[in-house]
Amino acid sequence: MKLDLSGKVAVITGGARGIGKAIALSMAGCGANLAILEMNVEGANQTASEAKQLGVEARVYKADVSNLQQVKEIVTDIKDIFGKIDILVNNAGIVSPKPFLETDEKEWDLILGVNLKGIYNTCFSVLPHMIEQKYGKIVNIASIAGKTGGGFFGNTIYGTSKAGVIALTKGIAREAGPFGINANAICPGPIETQMLADCPEETRQRILSGVPLRKFGHPQDIANVAVFLASDLASHMTGEITDVDGGIMRDN
Amino acid sequence: MQGLEVDFSGKVIVVTGGSRGIGKAIVDSFSESGGKVYILDLDERSAEQTVGDFVSRGREVSFFPLDVSDNAMVREVMGKILVEAGHVDVLVNDAGVTLPTPFAECTEKDWDFVVGINLKGTFNTSNFIFPHMMERRYGKIVNIASIAGKLGGGFRGTAIYAASKAGVIGLTKGMAREGGPYGINVNAICPGVIKTAMGNSIPEEQKKLIIQGTPLRRYGEPYEIGNVVAFLCSDLASHITGEIMDVDGGIVRD
Repeated sequence: MKLDLSGKVAVITGGARGIGKAIALSMAGCGANLAILEMNVEGANQTASEAKQLGVEARVYKADVSNLQQVKEIVTDIKDIFGKIDILVNNAGIVSPKPFLETDEKEWDLILGVNLKGIYNTCFSVLPHMIEQKYGKIVNIASIAGKTGGGFFGNTIYGTSKAGVIALTKGIAREAGPFGINANAICPGPIETQMLADCPEETRQRILSGVPLRKFGHPQDIANVAVFLASDLASHMTGEITDVDGGIMRDN
Repeated sequence: MQGLEVDFSGKVIVVTGGSRGIGKAIVDSFSESGGKVYILDLDERSAEQTVGDFVSRGREVSFFPLDVSDNAMVREVMGKILVEAGHVDVLVNDAGVTLPTPFAECTEKDWDFVVGINLKGTFNTSNFIFPHMMERRYGKIVNIASIAGKLGGGFRGTAIYAASKAGVIGLTKGMAREGGPYGINVNAICPGVIKTAMGNSIPEEQKKLIIQGTPLRRYGEPYEIGNVVAFLCSDLASHITGEIMDVDGGIVRD
């Protein structure tokens, strides 16, 4: 059973590194053409160049997803150049570890602006097109922090932004379902990244003791699920929040 | 980075209730991807027909009669499979019955029957194969629950059916928690209303209401469950466990 995205056009936010890069390259490997929205243009260009070696088209757009006007213009350009948009992966996100009382309004605005409003901006810009073609797959990268209120590497504000992503996903699924659009979210658990590697061993072990699979995830674990959800194999799934966390949450 | 593929070559899969409906679609997905599949089912006639159909298409599918609610029979039959195949990689607990009787009219017999197959049956098979999977440090179990287990029934199944499926959900999480350290992934799927004998028996007026409450505005097809089961049992989903995945066209959104 091949995960096949041949001929599809995927818009991905945050494709320069980590999970976003893994998603971009996995989708490219499955045949999708890519439009990558990123602040880190150098990183995104590297991703795009690797994607092109897999035989697909890939373009990079310098973008601050929290800026609606900018996102609208970019989406219009993508439609003009690629002809259509089939898949939207909202992966761009920033994290903050500060305890609640050490945060400030600026931090709230920044984190919510990128993590939640950024997704509103892209979905709002892309959805009318998907509705017109009666086809679309939206995959939002949330976090188990959105269910626990932070506590792993993200703080309360981070958790709040991701809880918002979860609700936004369900609302879009509900409203756009009748038009043939699937919208789902992935909640990654702790993923092996530089930040996690820099943690004291004590902390790593503490977290691992709560993970049934006794291991951290890898960006590819998230990418595999993102590609699956963006494919026609998941055609009857929508409004679903899938934890990819080694078994930490075990919620309904 | 190449394409992503779900491949079960060399893998042995046991599917209870695999003779028709969702179970048959599950058998299709695994066998199409190179897996050797054993169907365990009470309905011998359907099973033989199904096996014949798959074998004629070059698939590796065979069948043993089994009443999953009979613990001794489960242990005997699955023991035979272990000897014949040498190992079991995947177990899908799909065997299940529904009960549309209103709660006040249900009897103890109804309870024992539905819970015996849906919940105890899942226990019987999983409990047998768990030590084997722990020893190999590898195993994938997928239980077919139902959105009824979250909603308390309401479509074709009523309170007893709901209780049995809620139990399957709880059992799934417990097995995931305990099996995780041994490399066993255990997940459940909650189908919504699927075009099978069970789903198609819903009266027309009720069907209209269900469709209205389904964002995708349609029932699901058995192959749409088969696809998700195959994905969850593949190494692509190796970091997913204890997950209760709704495949319901968006009805529940929990």
